[in-house]
Amino acid sequence: MNPSETLSDKEIGLGWHPKRVLLILLIFSIVMMFAAFTSGYIVRRDEGNWREFDLPASLLINSILIALSSASMQWAYASARKDEIGRVKTGMAITLVLGLAFLVGQYYSFGDLVAGNTYFGGADANPSGSFVYVLMGVHAFHLVTGLVFLAVVLKRVLNYQVHSRALLSIGNATLYWHFLGGLWLYLYLFLLLNH
Amino acid sequence: MSDMAAKPNLSPGVQTQGGVGSAPVPATEHGDHLHHDDHEHHDQHWLWKYVFSQDHKQIAKQFLITGMLWAILGGTLSSLFRLQLGWPEGSMEWLKPFLGKWIEAGKLNPEFYLALVTMHGTIMVFFVLTAGLSGTFSNFLIPLQVGARDMASGFMNMLSYWFFFLSSVVMFSSLFIETGPASAGWTIYPPLSALPQAIPGSGSGMTLWLVSMALFIVSQLLGGVNYVTTVINMRTRGMSMSKLPLTIWAFFLTAILGILSFPVLFSAALLLIFDRSFGTSFFLSDIYIAGQALSNQGGSPVLFQHLFWFLGHPEVYIVIMPAMGMVSEILSTNARKPIFGYRAMIGSLIGISLLSFVVWAHHMFVTGMNPFLGSVFMFLTLIIAVPSGVKVFNWLATLWRGNIRFTAAMLFSIGFVSLFISGGLTGIILGNATLDIQMHNTYFVVAHFHLVMGSSAFFGLFAGVYHWFPKMFGRMMDEKLGYIHFWLTFAGVYLVFMPMHYVGIAGFPRRYYAWTGFDAFSQFADMNKFISIAAIIAFLGQFIFIFNFFYSIYRGRRATQNPWNSTTLEWTTPINPGHGNWPGEIPAVYRWPYDYSKPGSDVDFIPQDVPYSKTQSSNLPYEQELAE
Repeated sequence: MNPSETLSDKEIGLGWHPKRVLLILLIFSIVMMFAAFTSGYIVRRDEGNWREFDLPASLLINSILIALSSASMQWAYASARKDEIGRVKTGMAITLVLGLAFLVGQYYSFGDLVAGNTYFGGADANPSGSFVYVLMGVHAFHLVTGLVFLAVVLKRVLNYQVHSRALLSIGNATLYWHFLGGLWLYLYLFLLLNH
Repeated sequence: MSDMAAKPNLSPGVQTQGGVGSAPVPATEHGDHLHHDDHEHHDQHWLWKYVFSQDHKQIAKQFLITGMLWAILGGTLSSLFRLQLGWPEGSMEWLKPFLGKWIEAGKLNPEFYLALVTMHGTIMVFFVLTAGLSGTFSNFLIPLQVGARDMASGFMNMLSYWFFFLSSVVMFSSLFIETGPASAGWTIYPPLSALPQAIPGSGSGMTLWLVSMALFIVSQLLGGVNYVTTVINMRTRGMSMSKLPLTIWAFFLTAILGILSFPVLFSAALLLIFDRSFGTSFFLSDIYIAGQALSNQGGSPVLFQHLFWFLGHPEVYIVIMPAMGMVSEILSTNARKPIFGYRAMIGSLIGISLLSFVVWAHHMFVTGMNPFLGSVFMFLTLIIAVPSGVKVFNWLATLWRGNIRFTAAMLFSIGFVSLFISGGLTGIILGNATLDIQMHNTYFVVAHFHLVMGSSAFFGLFAGVYHWFPKMFGRMMDEKLGYIHFWLTFAGVYLVFMPMHYVGIAGFPRRYYAWTGFDAFSQFADMNKFISIAAIIAFLGQFIFIFNFFYSIYRGRRATQNPWNSTTLEWTTPINPGHGNWPGEIPAVYRWPYDYSKPGSDVDFIPQDVPYSKTQSSNLPYEQELAE
């Protein structure tokens, strides 16, 4: 059955659409995954035999890119609330481009890490460096899912299926995108403070 | 849907039997088909109806039958290693046609023994008691009992089953590869599991294990987010959280535990995959194999244990809480009494859920942890006895002076309480770090968790199947076969695990392939033989259930609409509900789910969808106010 068909005669619950609740719960599971990684990182670091590493400066540029993409996404969402569909398209296109640029930037940062003798695996690797690649890589994987989500919503925008009375999809995409951006900023700050 | 439209709809009162009088007629008449759009399922292809179904009831049956197949396999594996433990000198040549090269000169291959134990644990904990238990009953009961037409997302729900199926295929295929399936125990501790050189089972078998578990975790997350969303968002009018049946509360909290703990196992598995295949050293350091030092430096195997048990401990509550919920419901229905302490039952479930996240290191007392840390975890662990005690007290108080009907489901529920007490008591012993260090590597631990988690959860599963079978298949299971199944299983479980406590206290070590080399343990030869015979008989007894299940699907006595005279919403649907569950409007809910034998009422149960205005004679003063 279509959930929306029966929503009117339901208990109110949290007052959110089921799809919003599903997304929030999935975000919680992603949070737990990174909580496991970062707490494992701290536990491992405190046991000694931990090689210090230098974070590449390029990560700062990537962080700025992803912060900007969150701003453009918010602008797209606000424009959708005001039914300014042209701006929604522009905002989402900028977000997609910035998101892709972030991914490319992360790829180059991998190169910078290797140049700084921080390796993922092999005889010269230490868990400290391996953790950096895992954190960046798993985050990048989720960012790809975010980009797919954005692309699907952008298609809906192009079909005029997103407007001030149909904000669910773009609202969910905005929420997920902000989460991914915030998650990266947390990871960046975490690595800055704990390398 | 189309076949339902042709049937006359019957109100709950008409079809009840065996109860005292008949239930009052609910406020909502379901006979009204006018507002219901049943245009979409007329020409559904069988593939979409039975295989790639998005109907929660169909998905529940898929989970149940897959889980049953896994349970047969898991039981078979345990019978094989019980043969080895019971008759260590006996010839196993007769098994050669089945096991092939794993039988060498009439003896079970020791490495295959480890594989058997590993796969038995993995299959039973994850595939049977997680997917088979909460996958089946969360799917089946949540929409029916909260009054929803289906899950929040039928599509994700379907994906949840098929990820489980895929995970099952991968795990099953690992049984047939040359180096054998994973053999490092169901807890897959590195470095044993991380190094293919360590044992054959850490080769491709371990890789398949990890791939299978990753798929399994995806399945659990897709299912879990759906269960939680459905409970939060899809409740019918009047079904406030404080009117939910305890089954739903249990499934709801179980799903939350899964959402929060399975991702951590995913993290651990991912890091282990990197260690195994990509040359990282998260869990490996200073390892010499055949005199050669490995290049891995700086890893910590104890880190894996922390990550694993952060899932692993909530996991045992993921296994037991759905059983607790169903047992509460079945005890109350068949004792014809309200559940004792409804809110305390919810509170204790919440308490157990919260505590489950802060006790994981009690599995690791022997890893050399700081004794102060150990005593913190010991303290937190022992607190779990409080909510568990509340639950046991309330179950017993529900039975106290009840008008008990000993259905098969009721017997299994009472059996559950018995096993939970017997196994829980030894939990208090093992929760103490000093005692655990003494007992940790003995059969005492095996006996403890098989009683409190394994057997109890199985009893909950059986109780649930016997109780909700009429709703699943529209027919009744045979009660007499149910009794035989119950007594064989109940006696069997105690006869297997009680002696295990004894040999455990005496120091008999677990995980050993053979103990005949140690004089100290040879006195337990008869005891081990006894355990093995009891285990194999109890296992064979399960085929009575399997027969009963499949026979009753086709030949069982036809069920009435509400065969147990129960109050919850699933019994207000037609005998064989279609997709959408209620042909007409979804009933509204006016009262809690445990109005059994209410004083002043001329029937001994009042369904949730009967308003107070229709039960003037039994209303309490505050209910009378609601009625006016």
